Amino acid sequence: MIALVRHGRVPAYALALALLALVFGWHISVGAKAIPLGTVAEALLTYDNTTFDHVVIRDLRLPRAAIAVMVGAALAVAGALMQGVTRNPLADPGLLGLLAGASFAVVILHGFLGIGGPGVIPLFAALGALAGAVIVWGIAISAPGGATPLTLVLAGAAVTAFLGALISMAHLIDEDSFENLRVWLTGTLAGRRTETALWALPWTLAGLAVAFGAARQVTVLAMGEEAATGLGVDVHKLQAAILFAVVALTASAVAVAGPLAFVGLVIPHVVRFFVGHDYRAVVPWSALAGAIYMLVADIAARLVLAPVEISTGLVTAILGAPVFVWLVRARL
Amino acid sequence: MSEACRDGIQVINEKAYGEIAAPRLAVRGVSIGYGGPPVVRGLDLEVPDGALTAIVGPNGCGKSTLLKAMARVLPVTRGEVLLEGRPVHRRPTREVATRMALLPQGPVAPEGLRVRELVAQGRFPHQTLLRQWSREDASAVAAAMKAADVAVFADRPVASLSGGQRQRCWIAMVLAQNTPILLLDEPTTFLDLRIQVEIMGLLTRISREEGRTLVVVLHELNVAAAFADRMVMMKDGAIHAEGPPSEVFTERNLAEVFSLAARVLTDPESGRPVCVPLLPGVPSLRAAAE
Repeated sequence: MIALVRHGRVPAYALALALLALVFGWHISVGAKAIPLGTVAEALLTYDNTTFDHVVIRDLRLPRAAIAVMVGAALAVAGALMQGVTRNPLADPGLLGLLAGASFAVVILHGFLGIGGPGVIPLFAALGALAGAVIVWGIAISAPGGATPLTLVLAGAAVTAFLGALISMAHLIDEDSFENLRVWLTGTLAGRRTETALWALPWTLAGLAVAFGAARQVTVLAMGEEAATGLGVDVHKLQAAILFAVVALTASAVAVAGPLAFVGLVIPHVVRFFVGHDYRAVVPWSALAGAIYMLVADIAARLVLAPVEISTGLVTAILGAPVFVWLVRARL
Repeated sequence: MSEACRDGIQVINEKAYGEIAAPRLAVRGVSIGYGGPPVVRGLDLEVPDGALTAIVGPNGCGKSTLLKAMARVLPVTRGEVLLEGRPVHRRPTREVATRMALLPQGPVAPEGLRVRELVAQGRFPHQTLLRQWSREDASAVAAAMKAADVAVFADRPVASLSGGQRQRCWIAMVLAQNTPILLLDEPTTFLDLRIQVEIMGLLTRISREEGRTLVVVLHELNVAAAFADRMVMMKDGAIHAEGPPSEVFTERNLAEVFSLAARVLTDPESGRPVCVPLLPGVPSLRAAAE
């Protein structure tokens, strides 16, 4: 596969898409009742609403698989953009205060103050993510020199630490109301989320469109701001576009699946190991790899301790960390 | 831009500035500041076409600031930088990049980036979303790598090369941009003397053989005096002296601008001025002889 990636892009993309389709089918077949892959294909191609398995696939499993693809692609692309624009290899969507803002909003409004039912969690999460981004942006822009990648990252780190402490404090004060949020706070794809996903989908698509359109310029920006300006990139306009894309992608992913860590940080690195630094390759491959990885993680989340389901956010890290360490070592 | 088009701009310039055609790059009454007091104050400069202009001055005199403003990396608070008679800060930045290239100070390539990939970035302003890589791009990259003598490293990561080799790769990148004007911010700083001479030789060749206009901020005075066609000596955000090195590089100017007590000799080989600082505490042989 690596050789294919190196020697020609089209067959490699085709191979990855085939792998995505395969994992997608496998994801649908796994669950409380295992459904054979053949039936999965039947349900997708020739749907019959009198067959019980078909209904389960259409109404429950297909949405969950589609959400995994959407969330994985969104987070991985957001991470790739963050790392490219800040030139910081440790940058990820959480760095701009987006994940902390989402968690904080949900914990305070829903968990602590008890506003609304489970249905409003995604809304709180998206608003919290936006508020987090606005606060970080506001702090960075008021610093001398304005909103540079450095001030953004520092403001993001400060806001994340501050909100994290407040969340822990709320947790200590009122343990009971945290019971039903514990799973959400680690990130999960369980539960019926189709409506939220449909609401978040246009934002994800808009974010991906900006990411694909700006990919070439992100590559140039990785040479440094001065060099990029010399090469004809409007650095400030590009940073604003990328900020929009990162916020749109992360907020929609958080709204659907909670604050999922790790994917946005690690997937872009893994992708760069194979395709190099050209973001015209890094962005689409991050989307593909993020989607495949999220499907695999969610399969594992439901298989490892079946019939008990682990939260997907834990699996992404438990499964991913050793693989990533192995990759780094193999590479060095 | 075609020759006819360029001639058109020359004609416009002649109308605007009288009989003499404006040079491709000029600075008019420019002030630059970072919020506090201006670092450069009301500075005028005409950059001669097809020559190598060196900007020198003590640390903090505003020479890099001036170059960054000329490259539209920094905004100007007053005045304007004219590229072919039009203000560079108000022209579309991509269009400027097809006329003028910038090599920033101490550039760092992303880890793992190969030389060929770095040089290929120079083609960015010539590409669009629809027209991404052409034969013209390929030949410009090949020519740039040959000119900067980095073709042998083409497939190695930039980070694995020595300082001088890396700098030649970056020069190849701005050469691939294929612009009539090149701005370079301290391209020889932190390099061995031999490498400094090698890099300056490369830049001189580019200006002589290809008729390109180069503006180079230099830290090393003797290197600047040896290679520049024209020398701009700056002090406290203004130009103190400007002209051929033989006129600007004098004991008096060195004393006034750098507070440096030095003797300026003439290299019998090249006829270029060379400065030799007076050494406090080292007994003078001449005084002893007298």
